[in-house]
Amino acid sequence: MLKKMTKNTKSNLITYGIVIVAFVVMQTLISAGSISSLLEGLMVPICIYVILAVSLNLVVGILGELSLGHAGFMCVGAFSSAFFSKCMRDVITVDIVRFLLALLIGIVTAAVFGILIGIPVLRLKGDYLAIVTLAFGEIIKNLVNVLYIGKDANGFHFSTKDVMALNMEADGTVIVNGPQGITGTPKDATFLIGFILILITLFIVLNLINSRDGRAIMSIRDNRIAAESVGINVTKYKLMAFTISAALAGAAGVLYAHNLSTLTANTNNFGYNQSIMILVFVVLGGIGNIRGSIIAAVVLTLLPELLRGLDDYRMLIYAIVLIVMMLFNWAPKVIEWRERHLRFGRRKKEAVE
Amino acid sequence: MSFISYLINGLSLGSVYAIIALGYTMVYGIAKMLNFAHGDVIMIGAYTALIAMTQAGMPPIIGVLIAVCVCTLLGIVIERIAYKPLRNASSSLAVLITAIGVSYLLQNIALLIFGANAQTFQSVIKWKGISLAGGKLNISGETIVTIVVCLIIMAALITFVQKTKPGQAMRAVSEDKGAAQLMGINVNGTIALTFAIGSALAAIAGVLLCSAYPSLTPYTGAMPGIKAFVAAVFGGIGSIPGAFIGGLLLGVIEIFGKAYISSQMADAIVFAVLIIVLLVKPTGLLGKKIQEKV
Repeated sequence: MLKKMTKNTKSNLITYGIVIVAFVVMQTLISAGSISSLLEGLMVPICIYVILAVSLNLVVGILGELSLGHAGFMCVGAFSSAFFSKCMRDVITVDIVRFLLALLIGIVTAAVFGILIGIPVLRLKGDYLAIVTLAFGEIIKNLVNVLYIGKDANGFHFSTKDVMALNMEADGTVIVNGPQGITGTPKDATFLIGFILILITLFIVLNLINSRDGRAIMSIRDNRIAAESVGINVTKYKLMAFTISAALAGAAGVLYAHNLSTLTANTNNFGYNQSIMILVFVVLGGIGNIRGSIIAAVVLTLLPELLRGLDDYRMLIYAIVLIVMMLFNWAPKVIEWRERHLRFGRRKKEAVE
Repeated sequence: MSFISYLINGLSLGSVYAIIALGYTMVYGIAKMLNFAHGDVIMIGAYTALIAMTQAGMPPIIGVLIAVCVCTLLGIVIERIAYKPLRNASSSLAVLITAIGVSYLLQNIALLIFGANAQTFQSVIKWKGISLAGGKLNISGETIVTIVVCLIIMAALITFVQKTKPGQAMRAVSEDKGAAQLMGINVNGTIALTFAIGSALAAIAGVLLCSAYPSLTPYTGAMPGIKAFVAAVFGGIGSIPGAFIGGLLLGVIEIFGKAYISSQMADAIVFAVLIIVLLVKPTGLLGKKIQEKV
C-alpha cells in the first residue's frame, strides 16, 4: 500500500501524522494535568502561528513573493469576526454555531481584502512588492485604530473620530471603540478547534501544491516569463495563491480574536512586527517547506516561554539563537563545513553516487 | 503662516528621514539587502550621545562624535559577523531574517542596559532659533540645524560617490560585484565602508531625531527606521538623490497629514501615498527600470 504512494503523498501523510500525534500527546498531557497552565494557555496561540506560518509559506515559498503584511489579513479576520460575535452574542446562544459563522465571516472578509489588495500589489516585484504589502498591513492596523462603531435602536453608527461622534441614543452600546478595540468577545476558541483548523489549512495548502493550479503557481515562481509563454495566466494564479493565503490568515485571526476577551490592534499583534515574526517562522522552517513552517512556528513560539526562567535575558537569547540558526542554515561556508563533518544520511548517499 | 511653519517642520522631519534613508539605500545598492537593523543603529547612536553628554559630561559636539564612532564600528561589526557569511546564500531572504535578528538583538541589549523607561534627551543644539514676520513664524534651532546638516551630508555624499576613488569603487561594486573584483577593487572592503558610512549617518540622524523629539526608548529607532525605509523605496531604492527626495516628501506629507487631515491617521496617509506612487511608478520616483530578460 505504502509503496504505491508517490513521494509527495507519503511526505504529506507524515506531516499530517506529526500534527495529529502532537495534538494527541498534548491533549493527553493536558487532561492528565501534567502541564503548567502557562503552557496550556499557549496551545491556541501555537495553533494560530502554525496556520499563519503555513499560509504565509504559500505566498513566500510557493508563489515566491515576499509579503510583509500578513498580519494585516489576520487583523481583518479578527476584527470582522469579533464584531459579528459581539453583535450576535445574545442572538445566537449556541457557541459552536456562532463561532463557525464568525469563522466564515472572518475568512470571507480576509479573502475579499486579499483580492482587493492583491490586484494592485501583485503588479509589483521583489522588494517593492514587500514594502507595499507592509504598507497595506500598517494601513489596516491604523484604520482599525480610528474606527468607532456603535449600535442602538436605529441601527449601526460609524465614526472615525470618537465615541461622542457616533450620536447614539441613550440605550446604544459601543461595539468597536477605536484604540480600545472590541471588548467582550466570547472566548470560543479551543485547542481542539485550533487543531482542526490546522488540519484544514494543511489539507488546502498541501492539496493546492500538488494540484495543476499549484504547479502553475510554482512555475511562475521559478520563471515568470517562461510560465507566461506556455500560456499560464500569471495574474490569475498569483491572485489565487495570495487570496487563499489571506483567507487562511483571516482564519488565524478569528482564532486569535476568540481566544482573548479584549481585542486591540497594536504593533505587536497586527503590525509589521507580527508580519516579520511569521516570516521568521517561514524562513527558518525552510522556504517552501510546509512541515518546516509548522515545526519552526511551534519551536519559536515555545522558545521565549521556555526561556522565561532567564527573565530579562530571554529575548536577547532568542535574538542570538535566531542569528546563529540563520547562519548555520544558510551560510554557504557553514553548509560546506556541515557536509564535510556532519554526515547526514541523504548527503552520504549522494557521495556514493 | 501656519502652512509655512508646517512645511518647515515637515522638511525638518523629512531631513531626518532622508539621512536614515541614505543609509538604507546605499546598503541596498551595494549589498542588495534590506538592512532591517538600521533603525536600531539610530537608537544606539542616540543612547551613546546621551551617555557621553550626561554621564561623562562631555560637550554636545564630542558626544555626537563619539556616537558616530560607536555606530560606525557597530555597523562594520554587524556586517562582518552577521551579513558577510550570508552574502552568497541561496536565498536573499536569509540575510533579511538575520537583519531582523540583529534588530532584536540591539533592542534587547539596549533594554538590558538602559531599561524600558523613556529617557529625556537633551537637545544638542543650544541655539533658540529665529523668529520671522514679527514673531508669527518661529523656527527652532533644531529645525534649521537638521535641514542644514541634511543638505551638507547630501552634498558631501554625492561628491564622495561621484568624485573619489572609494566612491567609484562603490558604484562599480553595486553595478557588478564580479567585474569589480576583476578590476582589482576590494569588494569586501568597499561593502564594509558602505556599512560604516550608513551607520555613521544613522548616528547623526539619531541625535537629530532625539533633539527634536526628546523621548528615547529602546524602540525609538523602529518606526523612523520603517518610515525611512519607505522613503528610500519611495525615491527609488539604490538611488542617493532618490533617498533625499523621498525622505523630504515623506516628512512633509506626514506633517501635513497630521495637521490637516487627522493626527491618528498620519501613518496611514504616508503609506497610502507610497502605494499610489509605486503603482504609478513601480520602481520609485528615481529608481532604475530594470529590463527583464529570459
